[in-house]
Amino acid sequence: MESWRQHQLVFWAFLLPGGLWLVLFFLAPLSLIWAFSFGERAGVVDIAITGTLSNYIEAFDPLYLKIFWKSFWIAAAATLVALIIGFPVALAISFAPPTLKPILLLLVILPFWTNLLIRTYAMIAVLRTRGYVNFGLEGLWDGASTVGEALGLGALPRFQPLVLLYNDAAVIIGIVYVYLPFMVLPLYATLERLDRSYLEASLDLGAGQIRTMASIVVPLAKPGIISGIILVFIPALGMFLIPDLLGGPDSQMIGNVIERQFKAANNWPLGAAMSFILLYITFGALALRSYWSRDDV
Amino acid sequence: MPRNRPLLSHRFVANRRRFLKGSLAVATVLPAASRMTFAQGGQVNIYNWDTYIGENTVANFTEATGNEVRYDLFASNDELFAKLREGNPGYDVIFPSNDFVERLVAADRLIQLDHSKIPNIANIDQKFMEAEFDQDRAYSLPYFWGTIGVGYRKSATEGMEPKAWADMFDSDQYAGRMSLLNDSDVIEVALKYLGLSLNSSDPKEIDAAAEALIKAKPNIKAFAPDTGQDLLIAGEVDVCMEWNGDILQVMGEDDDLAYVVPEEGSILWEDAMAIPKDGPNPDGAHEFVNYILEAEVHGEIASEIKYPCPNKAARDGGFIPEEDLADSSIYPSDETLARCEVAVFDPVKDDLKEKALTRVLAA
Repeated sequence: MESWRQHQLVFWAFLLPGGLWLVLFFLAPLSLIWAFSFGERAGVVDIAITGTLSNYIEAFDPLYLKIFWKSFWIAAAATLVALIIGFPVALAISFAPPTLKPILLLLVILPFWTNLLIRTYAMIAVLRTRGYVNFGLEGLWDGASTVGEALGLGALPRFQPLVLLYNDAAVIIGIVYVYLPFMVLPLYATLERLDRSYLEASLDLGAGQIRTMASIVVPLAKPGIISGIILVFIPALGMFLIPDLLGGPDSQMIGNVIERQFKAANNWPLGAAMSFILLYITFGALALRSYWSRDDV
Repeated sequence: MPRNRPLLSHRFVANRRRFLKGSLAVATVLPAASRMTFAQGGQVNIYNWDTYIGENTVANFTEATGNEVRYDLFASNDELFAKLREGNPGYDVIFPSNDFVERLVAADRLIQLDHSKIPNIANIDQKFMEAEFDQDRAYSLPYFWGTIGVGYRKSATEGMEPKAWADMFDSDQYAGRMSLLNDSDVIEVALKYLGLSLNSSDPKEIDAAAEALIKAKPNIKAFAPDTGQDLLIAGEVDVCMEWNGDILQVMGEDDDLAYVVPEEGSILWEDAMAIPKDGPNPDGAHEFVNYILEAEVHGEIASEIKYPCPNKAARDGGFIPEEDLADSSIYPSDETLARCEVAVFDPVKDDLKEKALTRVLAA
């Protein structure tokens, strides 16, 4: 391949649009927010950048640390569930007949064509007391009750709807539902590239299906697993819409606190500091990722 | 000062605090009637809450004055404030709530109204002309007002209907069947429950309010982002803290629902009309405000949207249905109102309440 050094004009022509875009619409606003995190409110709309660390100190108040911690474990739980559900799905798609693959992949991506808010409202309709899950269960329950009566076993007590909404579990279900494609797609990408002859070799040499899965497939899929975890965990960590709509009285996540700082509380410097703490954590996670996958190149 | 909490609104019947509709209807350009060309009129750019005006008000205004109207919607005061924060994107008339009028004035975003161009000011009930948040109504004029109170399901609370905040916070009779708003209004309401002023900026009092809420929390099903009325009508909760207009709207769909302003008093709010700085058509804006304040126009809007109207001439002139005026869920008694308070804008107090809310939600 020819080096870009010999075709500098071409190189710059290609770099410029994307580079400009990144600088203008990503780096510049981000730097502004970063600067706000070292600022103080001066009046209702003005922020004086004084270099103060008070916002970071405030963000480390035990109250907020507790919420950071809670967000962390909710995001971790959601990521784990997404991995457990997403891995078999990705595996199935990568082993599906070639004609079926595009359709299966489309089905994974399809929910993205619907707005996040609408999907979250759909979850409310599914999970609420008078929602579809409870309707379904009630139908089964009544059916069982009728059968029981017919057999002379007596009727079951009245169906008590499950409380599925307004708790942390509902938040986790919501996050998994929304971010599952982010887990499935990178997993699929690595599993698709996986050399099938390794699997044959493993099975030929006497390893069972489970052993092959654990010792061959999962280690080879590691880059995809790590990408999937990061792609789900990071947005889940800053989530505020889902805890707002599906969460219970104490499902508040750090995203909700940040959102309030920028809106109702009108405290942009504190909100900026909290956002950047999340960003620093993200950088840390990405650094860890490159550390883990340093031998995988 | 109704506000639509976080994001987008969601509800399918008329209500101005509808996240979804508000955010989707980014720029609603008015239909046919307003497109007729009038040589004399300009264009007036209105920025209002969703479903917060009469069906024909805008078309009638165009017909009467020749001004065309571009009509945009916002879903919350926060959204309105964010839009105007860095300058006026081209609005002539906006509808902020009382404390946001103060906030906008503090941010130097409103022009002083020229009262001589708004003769219909004479129609406004005198008590609304002495607003604490806007002395002499230099910057804003009242549009509609209301309360925050409690919506409840009559059949599910028979014999123990909520009458006071204490019924919700002290007892577990509605355990697991209650929702509260998830913004700092809930702290103000808890202050009223404790018999304190909702404008208190005493950290001890605000702490006490937070403690009271934390104590009541095990009985609370959800802190809802202004979706209490949805929870109520869906049967998820039987008692909820909400804006009067939100509950009134669902009461229209379900006879079993009712609204009450609790005995200890509550939050009284007013949505005002104001003219932002650097708008393209301040004269048209004054014309619009004056048009709205006409007894017949204001009364007609009131009869449609069922919010309490500050227009005395509209009430006296019979432009508001008698049954609405007699309905205490729309127009609470003077006795009830005397116990309510209007929230004032105070950054110190607002910070304390914000942190108290975070503490309550994290507990």
